[in-house]
Amino acid sequence: MSARGDRAAGFRGFTLSPLTVMVARRLGIGLITLFMVSLVIFFGVELLPGDFAAAVLGQSGTPETVAALRSRLGLDLPAHIRYLHWLGGMLRGDLGTSLSGEIRIADILGGRLFNTFFLAAYAAVIAVPLAVSLGIVAALHRNSLLDRVINIVTLGAISFPEFFVAYVLVLVFAIQLGWFPSLAQVSADMPFGERLYVCLLPAVTLTMVTTAHMMRMTRAAIINLLSTPYIEMAWLKGIAPWRIIVQHALPNALAPIINVIAVNIAYLIVGVVLVEVVFVYPGLGQLLVDSVSKRDLPVVQVASMIFAATYILLNLLADVLSIVSNPRLLHPR
Amino acid sequence: MIPLFRGILRIPPTALLGMAVVFAYGFVAVFAHWIAPFGESEVVSSQYDPWGGAFLLGTDNIGRDMFSRLIYGARNTVGIALLISLLSFSAGGLLGMFAAVRGGWIDTALCWLVDILMAIPQLIYALLLLTIFGTAVPVLIAVVALLDSTRVFRLARSVAMNVVVLDFVEAARLRGEGLWWIVRREVLPNVLPPLIAEFGVRFCFVFLFISALSFLGIGIQPPTADWGSMVRDNATLITFGDITPVLPGLAIAILTIAVNFIVDWVLGKASGGRA
Repeated sequence: MSARGDRAAGFRGFTLSPLTVMVARRLGIGLITLFMVSLVIFFGVELLPGDFAAAVLGQSGTPETVAALRSRLGLDLPAHIRYLHWLGGMLRGDLGTSLSGEIRIADILGGRLFNTFFLAAYAAVIAVPLAVSLGIVAALHRNSLLDRVINIVTLGAISFPEFFVAYVLVLVFAIQLGWFPSLAQVSADMPFGERLYVCLLPAVTLTMVTTAHMMRMTRAAIINLLSTPYIEMAWLKGIAPWRIIVQHALPNALAPIINVIAVNIAYLIVGVVLVEVVFVYPGLGQLLVDSVSKRDLPVVQVASMIFAATYILLNLLADVLSIVSNPRLLHPR
Repeated sequence: MIPLFRGILRIPPTALLGMAVVFAYGFVAVFAHWIAPFGESEVVSSQYDPWGGAFLLGTDNIGRDMFSRLIYGARNTVGIALLISLLSFSAGGLLGMFAAVRGGWIDTALCWLVDILMAIPQLIYALLLLTIFGTAVPVLIAVVALLDSTRVFRLARSVAMNVVVLDFVEAARLRGEGLWWIVRREVLPNVLPPLIAEFGVRFCFVFLFISALSFLGIGIQPPTADWGSMVRDNATLITFGDITPVLPGLAIAILTIAVNFIVDWVLGKASGGRA
């Protein structure tokens, strides 16, 4: 990291600060990745053996219906033209129509997208502070009984499949105790408080699955940092422990912790799909899984593109934040 | 005999427990058709029979013996996960070492491909690819192995990079040894230890991943007994407060914990002392 910083600092004659250069380069890489992924998602479908329209219609496909479907889907155009249409449509918010009916994808997507982001954000709001503080506590009391207990518990939590955690929670809190509904059915006009209540079990499931990873990685990052010479120097000077953590360790720990959170977005996104299916939650993940089993390719393409774009953008955001929060880059010499 | 015994005593109890569990699963998987009282997809009774009697854990949604299917599930789910891990290891490991030794544009191209494959979550790629190619077991194995080999490739390449610059590899190059010889005889023995520890981690990931896919109904297809789809098929029982549907999930969790315990111990040993 420091080598890159030095190189960027070499351009001091320019008006651009090294920070801006690094952030701009990272944004560029992110956009290229997004473009490549869109190519893969679009042209992956081209690999489908045989004619797509004939494969969809199957036995019932007469030459006329196959030709009609081909022209309706625009399959009679060359592939690169179709790609440009598709990408342009996505950018304008026109997502095409689903294969099964004449449903416009944009109509069913909006509400589901909001539901999924709501659930993911809900889980993140619980999981991130919990995991980071647990990680710091475990790192400070390294090799103590507390640390070992946290270690074994989180190792266990990593090993549980999401659907197992979800069903155990349902069994205990929805069926045995009857505190929460076992299905997370939400509607657009639901009051905010009720929505929070209904979504609590799915959010807790996601929290349990992601917290373990985040906490273990935070612990590792902090332990790494606490073994550096300048922290030891602070100890030897006799500074109070909380000041060492807050004033000396935390500024440098921010970047690794932000990275840890970013990595866990992946688990959150994968987890959302499974948790939505368990709780019959009307989100994007459920739509994706349904469309996969129906082999409704246009919907699968759009939904995976949205998941991919979210993932890439969030990673990008985390990268930019960790560059910006790096104290060595904030004060270039 | 005594040194062996001492060696076993030095292993932490968690790792010993892990090994015992893995051994037990392996035993059940291999001898499934002798242990299971009924056939894998044999309909033996009405649907959702309670526990006890002839059916130790009752019957499932179409009247198959739950206990027998749980046992066959050990063979199918664990077997397929193991096969995928082996495939992804051979492919990812070999390509990673190859890229490190060969360098140049081949290395760049492979890294770039892996970056694209790792740019979005595995589950999303898996869903997309399984929609395109269908959900037959060979397709499932190929898709998951491809996606997982990217992680192995990264590790193998980064470890091999440190080996490739050493003198004995240079000597072998100057001797005029071929690429394959260098990969196999010079690099492979030196990158094997970290790769073996990684194997346990990857197996856990693959195992949880295909269980998740099966749970979503796009992994291992019925009537093959598989733990992920067994949870899905019997999920309605949960609303009656019955714990039977979560048992396959428990079976998955226990095996993953056991493997993680072993990996923790191996990694701790490799990095010298307790981390």
